[in-house]
Amino acid sequence: MRDVAIIGIGCTTFGEKWGSSFRDLFVEAGALALEDAQLSGEKIDAMYVGNMSAGRFIEQEHIGALIADYAGLATHHIPSTRVEAACASGGLAFRQAMIAVASGMEDIVVAAGVEKMTDVEPGASTDTLTGAADREWEGFVGATFPGLYAMIATDYMHRYPLTREQLAQVAVKNHYNGARNPIAQFQQEITINTVLKSTMVAEPLRLFDCSPITDGAAAVIVAPLERAREFTDTPIRILASAQASDTITLHDRRDISTLDASVAAGQRAFRMAKLTHKDIDLIEVHDCFSIAEICAIEDLGFCKKGLAGRLTAEGETALNGRIPVNTSGGLKACGHPVGATGIKQVYEVVQQLRGEAGKRQIDGATIGMTHNVGGTGATVAVHIMGVD
Amino acid sequence: MSVARFWRKIPQRYNMLGTKCETCGRHFFPPRSFCPDCRRSGKVVDYKFAGLGTVVTFTVIHTANEQFEAFTPYVLAIVKLDEGPRMTAQIVCRPDQVTIGMRVKSVFRRIAADGESGIIHYGTKFVPVE
Repeated sequence: MRDVAIIGIGCTTFGEKWGSSFRDLFVEAGALALEDAQLSGEKIDAMYVGNMSAGRFIEQEHIGALIADYAGLATHHIPSTRVEAACASGGLAFRQAMIAVASGMEDIVVAAGVEKMTDVEPGASTDTLTGAADREWEGFVGATFPGLYAMIATDYMHRYPLTREQLAQVAVKNHYNGARNPIAQFQQEITINTVLKSTMVAEPLRLFDCSPITDGAAAVIVAPLERAREFTDTPIRILASAQASDTITLHDRRDISTLDASVAAGQRAFRMAKLTHKDIDLIEVHDCFSIAEICAIEDLGFCKKGLAGRLTAEGETALNGRIPVNTSGGLKACGHPVGATGIKQVYEVVQQLRGEAGKRQIDGATIGMTHNVGGTGATVAVHIMGVD
Repeated sequence: MSVARFWRKIPQRYNMLGTKCETCGRHFFPPRSFCPDCRRSGKVVDYKFAGLGTVVTFTVIHTANEQFEAFTPYVLAIVKLDEGPRMTAQIVCRPDQVTIGMRVKSVFRRIAADGESGIIHYGTKFVPVE
């Protein structure tokens, strides 16, 4: 297996982008990534694109070919493949691109993610997202995504000492980081009271516990490590790529408040990279809801089960903390265009490792981790990358 | 949900018909025809669940998908059936009444409808056992 490096990154701003179409979004992200790698499009050997539900959001399927076409590569006939795993689509697209290069099949590969969510009514987008859970046995009876994560929160708070204020601090911290990220959907700080006084969505989760509906796209370019310096002075090496699955329904899980797929993918990633938790300088985790960030920190092994709330309240996951979590603002503040999120996490970690993260820079960061979840934990992708 | 898609699941949705593996005794709801524990040596047969269970965790939904907007706030829970499997269902009770560990029994109820002229979805909800 060949070593693989990231040689270019690009991302649109995230938000309710009424003026941008699905095509505008991925073309912009792709062009930024190519420009970053100082690469011309005809050098691209293959593309993988993470996208959850263009079929329902914009009534368009066949996204692989569409993207290659609008990237100006139709006449090159390169393989272009859509990857779908609900909200983990981006993480899996990144992993497929990495595997394609590692295997020796391809050299220069684009991993992209895109979602255009605001062309449908909010009720329709909520319903579409419910498809990431079990439509027949969860969605059918009235479950929503916030509702499923709310049931994780209820179970968690019943068994572990997590306070409502500690949970709110996740959102407060992520908005603080988002306020320092020029691509973030929400660039304003909030207080614990903002969260506690926001609309109830599914008890105990309120509006500010939930990630928003977002349009956006991100792209990264990977290449064999041995060729990386042809394109960039700061290649970022992929140290581990792991993926795990679990039951599609929340109710069938071994433990309602542990995402076993996160545990499995995390352990595999650490083993592959031959690293321990102390080696990791920052993590981007899948905080689709505040409780999800709490679970992720624990399931990846950064603290014992039941302690992530205290860790968050004590500032250990803040920019200047022991293990900064979601320096981008996370899904909560940076936004969550579902298919793009896994690629945006990589985009953020690469910026941090290059020292290009501006006001949210973690000084001296050399190794970072991403954690991307599909559904309520039926798919998880974990990646570790480091300065070469 | 199309008529056929709803119709073919009626035995499960109306009557909680699942399956059970006679080799290891594990119950399945919704039914599985293949036992993940016994694999090819499993003998899976139909089994009608008694409909009694315990609330494992719950939430009160205030913001619902379109079909359920008229019912908010409603209680949604994961119920562990006495035979073993867990399922997601609504609990017909006041939002402040539901607790973890509460005993419940299944009832046949209207779940939702496909618009004003579409089919009505019936299925299983739970009520507290007095």
